[in-house]
Amino acid sequence: MDTHASATNLPDSAEANAHVPHEEEHAHPTWSTYWKVALILTLITVAEVWLYYIPSFVAGRGFIPTLLVLSALKFTIVVMFYMHLKYDHRLFRVLFTGPLMIAALTLLALMFLFGHLYIKIM
Amino acid sequence: MTAPAARIPVVHTSAPAPHHYTTLGLDSRKVAIWAFIGSECMLFVSLISTYLIYKGRSVVGPFPHETWTDPSTGHVLKPILNIPVTSASTFVLLMSSLFMVLALAAVQNKERPKHTRGERVLGNSKLWLWMTAIAGTTFLGFQAFEFTSFVHEGLTIRTNLFGSSFFTLTGFHGAHVTAGVLWLVTLLAIDYRRGLGSRDSLLVDIAALYWHFVDVIWIVIFTLVYLIK
Repeated sequence: MDTHASATNLPDSAEANAHVPHEEEHAHPTWSTYWKVALILTLITVAEVWLYYIPSFVAGRGFIPTLLVLSALKFTIVVMFYMHLKYDHRLFRVLFTGPLMIAALTLLALMFLFGHLYIKIM
Repeated sequence: MTAPAARIPVVHTSAPAPHHYTTLGLDSRKVAIWAFIGSECMLFVSLISTYLIYKGRSVVGPFPHETWTDPSTGHVLKPILNIPVTSASTFVLLMSSLFMVLALAAVQNKERPKHTRGERVLGNSKLWLWMTAIAGTTFLGFQAFEFTSFVHEGLTIRTNLFGSSFFTLTGFHGAHVTAGVLWLVTLLAIDYRRGLGSRDSLLVDIAALYWHFVDVIWIVIFTLVYLIK
């Protein structure tokens, strides 16, 4: 339904002068896709909160990894579908994931440095 | 005797202002907003790192997930985080992202004919921009309620390490939401003044990217700060 790629709505002169065709950009999702994505995000959030209220699960080893995976899933879905990173130019992906990777590695390094994460050797 | 008709060049005042495009043919404003979002990722990860480093190292309460008894008064302070309220505010912010993306789709498809009532509702950019702004303001209301209740229960930014890092992190996020709501209000003003059309889709797209970024940051904060004990 929505076939407009907003980054490419060039005026005629700019369109003619554009050097590289936008073969990497595709149509954005449809309205129904947006509603489905919202439903999935809501269900994941409900699952997260539901897990929080299960004491046996909270006490177990799987609680934190499960929450982190669910959170990462929600993050990815919003970035891919609502921010259109899945459909937009590759440069935008680089501009976003590059700093994100640096930030994530810094976070992990700080966690090791301050003793919140451990690596078992031997 | 009449003067000969002078040749006056036609000036299209309604033509869009010239924009700068990169050599890839991408609008530089969109490249700029993605670069800005990348830098904002680093800012928020630094705040989240600070929160996680200080987590569990507060000497005095109240604490986020545990009860604490004040040794001087014997007063028992219950865990301070209110998960049901924060879950509701998280849901509101998630829905605001849906409204924002519907506003963008409505602007992009403004010139398309709408035959059914459903198509007219989905194509109403003012409605979806209003809904997004209202949802953002509701989220801020939840945050104001949370901050006020924390202060009443004895947790301020100066109480302990948890209070300092928590208020700094969520306060920065709240400031970003406030900026987003103001941005949405300016878009609404433009829409009421001259109408947002498909030629303005990039304006709305850039605002939408910022809004969704604020949403994804909250997704991370909700898990790391509120749910993980």
